[in-house]
Amino acid sequence: MSQRNSLRNMPDENGHYGIFGGRFVAETLMPLILELESAYEAAKKDEGFWKELDGWFKDYVGRPSPLYFAERLTEHFGGAKIYFKREELNHTGSHKINNTVAQVLLAKRMGKTRIIAETGAGQHGVATATVASRLGLPCIVYMGAKDIERQQPNVFRMRLLGAEVRPVTSGSHTLKDAMNEALRDWVSNVHDTFYVIGSVAGPHPYPAMVRDFQSVIGRETKQQILEKEGRLPDVLIAAVGGGSNAMGLFHPFLDDDVRLIAVEAAGDGIETGRHAAAMAAGTPGVLHGSRSYLLQDEDGQVVEPHSISAGLDYPGVGPEHSWLKEQGRLEIAPATDAETLEAFQLCGRIEGILPALECAHALAHIAKIAPTMDKDQVIVLNLSGRGDKDIFTVAEHLGVKL
Amino acid sequence: MSDRIRERFAALAAEGRAGLVTYLCAGDPDPETSLALIRGLPGCGVDLIEIGMPFSDPMADGPAIQAGNLRAIAGGMKLAKVLDLVRRFREEDQATPVILMGYYNPVHQMGKERFIQSAVEAGVDGLIMVDLPPEEDEEFCLPAKAAGLDFIRLATPTTDAKRLPVVLNNASGFIYYVSITGITGSAAPVADQVGEAVRRIKSSTTLPVAVGFGIRTPEQAAAIARHADAAVVGSALVDLVASNLDEAGKARPGLVETVHSLVRDLAAGVRGARA
Ligand SMILES: Cc1ncc(COP(=O)(O)O)c(C=O)c1O
Repeated sequence: MSQRNSLRNMPDENGHYGIFGGRFVAETLMPLILELESAYEAAKKDEGFWKELDGWFKDYVGRPSPLYFAERLTEHFGGAKIYFKREELNHTGSHKINNTVAQVLLAKRMGKTRIIAETGAGQHGVATATVASRLGLPCIVYMGAKDIERQQPNVFRMRLLGAEVRPVTSGSHTLKDAMNEALRDWVSNVHDTFYVIGSVAGPHPYPAMVRDFQSVIGRETKQQILEKEGRLPDVLIAAVGGGSNAMGLFHPFLDDDVRLIAVEAAGDGIETGRHAAAMAAGTPGVLHGSRSYLLQDEDGQVVEPHSISAGLDYPGVGPEHSWLKEQGRLEIAPATDAETLEAFQLCGRIEGILPALECAHALAHIAKIAPTMDKDQVIVLNLSGRGDKDIFTVAEHLGVKL
Repeated sequence: MSDRIRERFAALAAEGRAGLVTYLCAGDPDPETSLALIRGLPGCGVDLIEIGMPFSDPMADGPAIQAGNLRAIAGGMKLAKVLDLVRRFREEDQATPVILMGYYNPVHQMGKERFIQSAVEAGVDGLIMVDLPPEEDEEFCLPAKAAGLDFIRLATPTTDAKRLPVVLNNASGFIYYVSITGITGSAAPVADQVGEAVRRIKSSTTLPVAVGFGIRTPEQAAAIARHADAAVVGSALVDLVASNLDEAGKARPGLVETVHSLVRDLAAGVRGARA
């Protein structure tokens, strides 16, 4: 395929994906963003960087993660063959570690001595705290006060890993405010601080950089499915918060004849307005450094999202997803809290795997499509994290006291 | 370039003094109080008025200004009403420059053409768009300038010699030097460092340089006014609005007078700076 016609060549040199993306940040940050961009460009061309990263992936993260044939789930739905890309088996329990290892290694190369991050569910915070601890760098994690309440186990984990968790009580006390606060910290400490963004969001080069780091998921999947099935899958499916696990799985397949389905959190149902479905129900807007689909009111104020899963509770989505949606390359599907809870339990009962509530959304959509597909068709689900962190939330919804 | 901004800085230069710029958030704590606050500013000695367009997620501002933004939104403030507020201010004052400051998303949502046209009609002179760096000039800066609005750019302590020309390119009205590496309302600026930065900027542009972020008292304003063409005060005023609300978040009697009284003191500080 010619280079020019590949969907994989985005963004352009200014970080734009069509009308999406860009660098919408305060002037104080611009020199830093440009410095990061050139440091990343240099690292990208440096074989040594990727070799070092591969070493970490193999021995610290535990890559490659298996591609598992979910036989009983496949039987249960009675249609397409279902495979799980087991990102939940990674060290710290989710795909977030792929990106944080890479970004913190980049921070080291840049001579930065202080790491900050934002986190919603806590998985990105835990992953960042882990790598910072391993490399001996102080780490501060901003987390909405509301999320701190509902994700106590991860808060405790971060503290055990030596990170400082700073509760965010500005705005609406959730992930978007944690990101605002991390940006404020960065503006105030630009000289020594590296901001590890947890998804394919934020100003250029973050969306492209995080995608590149997470693409290890899709590259492995491609090789593994060819080994197991001798062909590419029919469907790739992943849940989308900011969109990093989805983009990591999808990107190596963008030019292939494979359906890509991004599942968004529909909360109580999109029609209720209580959801986090930025692509299905949002409009293009500018937040946290890039233009993308955004949940906002008619006056451009950001609307607070809702999802049973703190990790999907973000009002925006990565700019590349928005662009791929507009290109017609990405299918967008909703999954409600209720459907997700059911999928979560089903997976535990018949596969012996408790998925994170985030990826249980994608599983809930599989329940809708797998039965309609042929038995020789193949679906790969990105099992982006494990459900240990979510047992308290699930118990509460099931009326069980722990 | 806006006549009002140019004339105002020319007048200040002729007087041999620096100007006072104040920031208040439109609609904070409610539309009527906000209008009264802003209408009274010229009489208190304010030379240029900066009005914040409320946004739910003002990332480059501190907690005080974010709270002000959220109060305004809760009080029903909308972008169209911000423009209305300017229109009503203009009915009584034709001379004081008005600069709208804010984040891009509400403008983007209204539609940039519609916003630019309404802003010009309402009597706005310039814009400060915090999250639109020169790299995104084609997006909004160029059409706004073509319509006659000044595009006031922020320069910061991280703006080095290599970057300064990028920042100055397409800037108009004046340059807003952010005196600290941080958010609004955090640290206090160090006057000597500010002086050096202002001299550096002035060696590359003929535009006036206003300095803000962290100025809270008449003494600090005076210290900055010795080095800059204007001193900008925001958080201190927004904080004073906040501390004059009752338990229900409504304006207490006397709020407007209290804020105006601090503004008068700041103006006196600025006026006395080079005496
Ligand atoms: C397990 C898991 N999956 C998915 C997500 C959503 O993020 P993203 O869309 O960037 O993959 C999160 C976020 O915290 C997560 O913890």
